[in-house]
Amino acid sequence: MSVLLFTALVAIGSFSAGLLGALTGLGGGIVIVPMLTLLFGVDLRYAIGASLVSVIATSSGAAAAYVKEGYTNVRVGMLLEIATTVGALGGAYLAGRIGTSAIAIIFALVLLYSAYRSTKPLAEHVSTENAHPLAIKLRLNSTYPTPNGFQPYAVQAVPAGFGLMAAAGVLSGLLGIGSGALKVLAMDQLMHLPFKVSTTTSNFMIGVTAAASAGIYLARGYIDPSLALPVMLGVLAGALTGARVLARANTKVLRKVFAVVVVVLALEMLYKGIRGGV
Amino acid sequence: MTSPTERRTQWSDDDVDQLLGNLLRIGVIVATIVAAIGGVLYLAQHGLESVDHHVFRGEPAELRHVSSIARGAAALRADAIIQLGLVLLIATPVARVAMSLVAFVLQRDRVYIVVTSIVLALLLFSLTGGVPG
Repeated sequence: MSVLLFTALVAIGSFSAGLLGALTGLGGGIVIVPMLTLLFGVDLRYAIGASLVSVIATSSGAAAAYVKEGYTNVRVGMLLEIATTVGALGGAYLAGRIGTSAIAIIFALVLLYSAYRSTKPLAEHVSTENAHPLAIKLRLNSTYPTPNGFQPYAVQAVPAGFGLMAAAGVLSGLLGIGSGALKVLAMDQLMHLPFKVSTTTSNFMIGVTAAASAGIYLARGYIDPSLALPVMLGVLAGALTGARVLARANTKVLRKVFAVVVVVLALEMLYKGIRGGV
Repeated sequence: MTSPTERRTQWSDDDVDQLLGNLLRIGVIVATIVAAIGGVLYLAQHGLESVDHHVFRGEPAELRHVSSIARGAAALRADAIIQLGLVLLIATPVARVAMSLVAFVLQRDRVYIVVTSIVLALLLFSLTGGVPG
């Protein structure tokens, strides 16, 4: 295959991943690595490097809009970024130490979990009481815009959320993904942030988390410019398009389709990881 | 509570949000343009060669470190220009954290000055190759 054709196909594939990721809310990053390795035969390490770069692009692009709307809780984001960056450094370090087969198996399990999560919506828990003592001390409690004006919310379970975010950071550094599913779980379910706040704050943190591991990937020679460029531009263009057509799309059907795609990719990744030869 | 004179010298959280949003947007746009220029050059020079990402070799040393990437880009090497764009992209969230630190300093928010400094130190530690490969 010529460089020209390869670049065009990778860009089209990445665009589709970015589009579906934005429409379903799952993020495109999670299917980039399986697509590159299974479909295009790219080495897993190059694929993870390219995916990390695309994660930074989409999260920074989206965060630019979200931060201005007033949903993002910058204090919660900054505090939890300590956990995710430490985790990401650890994950990127591990990625150079454990074999690609083990990484493929872990990746497959994360894909399966994300597909499961996408079909089982979680309940929102928002309250103005029972804030964790640390939330008061660190001034994490805040307000968010609703149709009835700005509503206050109290942040709970700060230490548990911090711990789960460290784990999300490890996965991000190890697999080159945003770990959005785990982040939202920690912030919605443990810390009881409103959905809009947890989604946008998680997105705000993803760029920083990915940048922490991207530095290590760059120094290790895992970031190939001719591969990372079409992936990054494709995912970014797809995500921006997705955000524009979101209001008109039937996301319920799309989520199911995307969940099936993710499960198929996960099983293939699992098979390759167990058999070897990723 | 802050007195009116103090408030004038401080930034509100909303001012900071607007600033951070603009910084992120500009960073992504500039990085994308630089990388895309390198991409056009790269395709013009290497477009018809055959591709090989199946075997992992690792990038050459001059595409692994910020200083050598900048030198390569200055010499108009296509792959180094793309890599420079990617480095700018990686630097965007780092710049955002640095900007947050400045904002917390101006707001005299001691706890978050410490929190943000820790995050920034971790990022710079990573970007300067602090973690062994």
